[in-house]
Amino acid sequence: MIELTARTPFDGLLPIEAGALRLSEAAPARMTSLAPYRGRDKALSEALKAAHGMAFPAPNRATGREGARAVWFGQRMALLIGPEPDAGLTEFAALTDQSDAWAVARLEGEGAAEALARLAPLDLREGAFKRGHTARTELGHMHASLTRISGESWRIMVFRAFARTLAHEMREAMQSVAARAGV
Amino acid sequence: MRIAGKGLIDRARPVGFRFDGHRYEGFAGDTLASALLANGIRVMGRSFKYHRPRGVLSAGSEEPNALVTTGLGPAQEPNVRATTLELHEGLMARSQNRWPSLGWDALAVNDLFAPFLGAGFYYKTFMWPRRFWERVYEPVIRRAAGLGALSGEAVTQKYERAWAHCDLLVIGAGPAGLMAARTAAEAGADVILVDEDTVCGGRLNAERLEVDGRPGAEWAAAMAADLAARPNVRIMTRTTVTGAYDGGVYGALERLAHDVAMRPGAPLECFWRINARAAVLAAGALERPVAFANNDRPGVMTAGAVRAYLNRWRVAPGRNVAVFGNTDDAHRTAADLVAAGVHVSALIDARPHARCDLDVPFYAGAQVCNAQGRHGLEAISIARASGIEKVQADCLAMSGGWNPTLHLTCHMNGRPAWNPDIAAFVPRDGAIPGMVTAGACRGDFSTRACLEGGARAAAQALETLGLKAPEADIPKAEDSAYDIAPLWAVPGKGRAWLDFQNDVTVKDVKQAAVENFRSVEHMKRYTTQGMATDQGKNSNVAALAVLADATGRGIPETGTTTFRPPYSPVAIAAMGAGAQGKGFAPERFTTSHAASVARGAPMIEAGLWYRPSYFPKPGETHWRQSCDREVGYVRGAVGIADVSTLGKIDIQGRDAGAFLDYVYTNTFSTLKVGRVRYGLMLREDGFVMDDGTCARLGEEHYLMTTTTAAAGQVMRHLEFVHQCLAPKMDVRFISVTEQWAQFAVAGPKSRALLDDLLDAPVGDMPFMGCGEVTVGGVAARLFRISFSGEHAYELAVPARYGDALFRELAARAEGLGGGPYGMEALNVLRIEKGFITHAEIHGRVTADDIGMGRMISAKKDCIGKTMAARPGLSEPGREQLVGLKPVGAVKELTAGAHLFEQDAQAVSANDLGYLTSVGFSPTFGRFLGLGFLRDGRERHGEVLRAVDHLRQTETLVEVQDPVQFDADGGRTRD
Repeated sequence: MIELTARTPFDGLLPIEAGALRLSEAAPARMTSLAPYRGRDKALSEALKAAHGMAFPAPNRATGREGARAVWFGQRMALLIGPEPDAGLTEFAALTDQSDAWAVARLEGEGAAEALARLAPLDLREGAFKRGHTARTELGHMHASLTRISGESWRIMVFRAFARTLAHEMREAMQSVAARAGV
Repeated sequence: MRIAGKGLIDRARPVGFRFDGHRYEGFAGDTLASALLANGIRVMGRSFKYHRPRGVLSAGSEEPNALVTTGLGPAQEPNVRATTLELHEGLMARSQNRWPSLGWDALAVNDLFAPFLGAGFYYKTFMWPRRFWERVYEPVIRRAAGLGALSGEAVTQKYERAWAHCDLLVIGAGPAGLMAARTAAEAGADVILVDEDTVCGGRLNAERLEVDGRPGAEWAAAMAADLAARPNVRIMTRTTVTGAYDGGVYGALERLAHDVAMRPGAPLECFWRINARAAVLAAGALERPVAFANNDRPGVMTAGAVRAYLNRWRVAPGRNVAVFGNTDDAHRTAADLVAAGVHVSALIDARPHARCDLDVPFYAGAQVCNAQGRHGLEAISIARASGIEKVQADCLAMSGGWNPTLHLTCHMNGRPAWNPDIAAFVPRDGAIPGMVTAGACRGDFSTRACLEGGARAAAQALETLGLKAPEADIPKAEDSAYDIAPLWAVPGKGRAWLDFQNDVTVKDVKQAAVENFRSVEHMKRYTTQGMATDQGKNSNVAALAVLADATGRGIPETGTTTFRPPYSPVAIAAMGAGAQGKGFAPERFTTSHAASVARGAPMIEAGLWYRPSYFPKPGETHWRQSCDREVGYVRGAVGIADVSTLGKIDIQGRDAGAFLDYVYTNTFSTLKVGRVRYGLMLREDGFVMDDGTCARLGEEHYLMTTTTAAAGQVMRHLEFVHQCLAPKMDVRFISVTEQWAQFAVAGPKSRALLDDLLDAPVGDMPFMGCGEVTVGGVAARLFRISFSGEHAYELAVPARYGDALFRELAARAEGLGGGPYGMEALNVLRIEKGFITHAEIHGRVTADDIGMGRMISAKKDCIGKTMAARPGLSEPGREQLVGLKPVGAVKELTAGAHLFEQDAQAVSANDLGYLTSVGFSPTFGRFLGLGFLRDGRERHGEVLRAVDHLRQTETLVEVQDPVQFDADGGRTRD
């Protein structure tokens, strides 16, 4: 039997550091899209709570905690990040494996929102985009999912095939911010 | 000449710089203009058309004369205003529009021909011969007239773009802006305070006025420091708001300080898009010159600029200065000069009732009517009731009053209103939704009125934000009345300049009126007034006042031209920052990219994707050799191709089958689990949108495949159909294009390869079957489908294993006498089989055109079915898909060639169709093509002309069935 070696999307591309900013790969073991069937939204949320401890997220919100999160992912859709989805969830929702479909990075450090402001048109001020807020947005011409994990820590997701472009765009933005800060 | 005193320069930090190659010294805090004046340099440029020597007119971004070029090669930047260019060590600036030198310019001869070069000269003179305009006249005129030039090299420095968001945007950090920002900050609003200067304060930095009992500049600095310390305030200096747009969006250009911009990774400039819930415009006012003969002599400056150079930069623009004005500003200027110890040779006040309490020669009710001294002012002529008197002066400070800087209020088509009390246009309220105006830009000219206005405007804006303004504490400040006697142009002989930058005089405007260009918009275009890089900031109002006078109308009746963004010039490099090179478009790489590149494959773009064109082998000198060899792999052994770029959509739900029946022309609800079916999709207008296969993975689970090109379009279409047309269907879908790395394993030895590779043999999977398999213990999907016409499979694994699997497949294929194949071979294989791509289904063809009319099921409805049944979409005379092969002397086919009868002329009236895809088929040893031909299905066997007008080639072709290889499909099914 042959052995296939697995490679992560940012293999050889990350981490990148610039001043106080650091972009690193945060490839989770498992990512599953949850799309509730007609009229099963509430039941799914309850099953999700029972199985994984978080409610189905409202639009532009993420629920759960480090290691097991549900991130709003589009119209009536969430991405379960971390755990292997409970088989019982299939009764209420279409589950699709997305573990390999996305390049996931974590941006952290002072000025992180400033670096993102070079690429995304969103209002990322602390008061407007709080911890646990998420958005599907444009990030330097790419479709992205952006989530504020904590004050200066962000989860950035783009299609796997865009990994190199994301690394390039983020490097430019991070270097600009670092240079302005004089570090 | 530098004078004693503090100002805003740092005398402890001398700065060396060069202008036109000569070395000079200035101080930190200087602009190039102030430093040149301090070094006694008065001529800083040549005028646009007449090449007249020009000195600096202003001390701000409105400067029309003192334009220089900085940098070399890719960094060369023309038309930089010396008045805003911060002095920094090593700065090298060059004057423009002169040859061989600024002091002696050969084209100054134009000035002698001035009587012939007035407005409309070019239009009247260079009318014929017509073709001479582009070839001869325009290049010559452009060389003779003009400003600085670009190097022609692509920019290599970094520029950036960024977004910012706030509750309140305050534009301008003078007294009004500072008060507005503090009022809003205290109310808890998120404030962005923007100013184009390097420091906050506006006019306070240029005057000797006191605010709150301390020097104005000091008060402004303290206010700025207080604001900067607040977490809800962001101060952006060196930033010009260039435009006001819909939805509270403002464009702004930030120039980074030189020392910051020089750091590695830092940009030179940043173009901001500021999203503000409300805005306060506190942009101040611009002083207007007075038109009199030779008022463009170097040394003639606006009075406000003279005060700025004196008070801020401690530079006396002359030793013997005359002052001319029509407001109390003239007296203020004279007083500042006297206080600085500069001799004032005359104070001329155009107001007859004016009085003077200074000890200087005073002329009330008089006007300056001429200026002498070609390379620098030497004397002025003063017209009084008693006659003309000549007075020595090497600098004239002139003031015709102030124009509120209301440009931004007009960016959404607002028109200003005329206020006769101040003889100026003022903005109308509500011209920009969410923006209120404050201070001098709305015609409040006293410092006290500006401070009050700023606080009031902020309170008004806060109310719309649902915030309450704190009680305003207005500092003590000067509150004098503005007393103006309108003065636009002094009568007399000689050319009196209105627009310094485009060399437009009073005479030109009058000439426009004489020739019936009476509308201000027509006058502008006829004379080019206001069309230079300063956009007429110094001249617009005076020019239209002269026009009003010449046409016997009032100023409000004459109206203004339209102010458009940008307020001041913005480099295209800043607007398009980051969008060149790698930033132009994102790159989408397959998991086999590195392995393909390692094999030397040239990668071609397919949308955003990069795919291998072919895989060259040593000794191959032409891509055709590689392509032919790779076609041979598939036809004779086994070939491997990455097909991951095809769109893959995971579809689940009770109504998944019904949903697919609705979007595809054919039926999918009857497809058995574990089987794949080819499907055709129509747009709502009945034309073909896309094709592909769809597999049934489970009772309520399908996997749709789209073409690479239409993957996004199909996904959008499905969302539209589900959300808008069939919202009650219980179906959910998501793209899994990126989840799976998928490879075609095609050819007679494909099954042998897979039997050996997979953890269990393929077994007897039928053609168009699918199922789950494992490879190296990894769960994978296997589809027995073929785009080559051979016995073939597609194997899909989670993308993390894509790289490893591709390398393994390619190596194993090579062991069986095959190998990887690229897009060129893939194309040849499908042309041989008559399979279509978007070269054929290009948006203008129907199902019937491609011979698939019967795929539109009669038993059910589908998107596009009704529209496809329209007469005309399937009737005789339409162009139908055919196969083509060359039969003439010329053996090459070209895609894009058009088809004609052999005896017909190759003109569009005789056009019968065209070739869409061609390729050299090593299987047949000749070119093969696909194309569309009028009534083509009935014309198999006919010989036609294929004429390529673009490449100028022609050949004879025989029409045949599109399926040219293995017509019965035996090889695919076996």
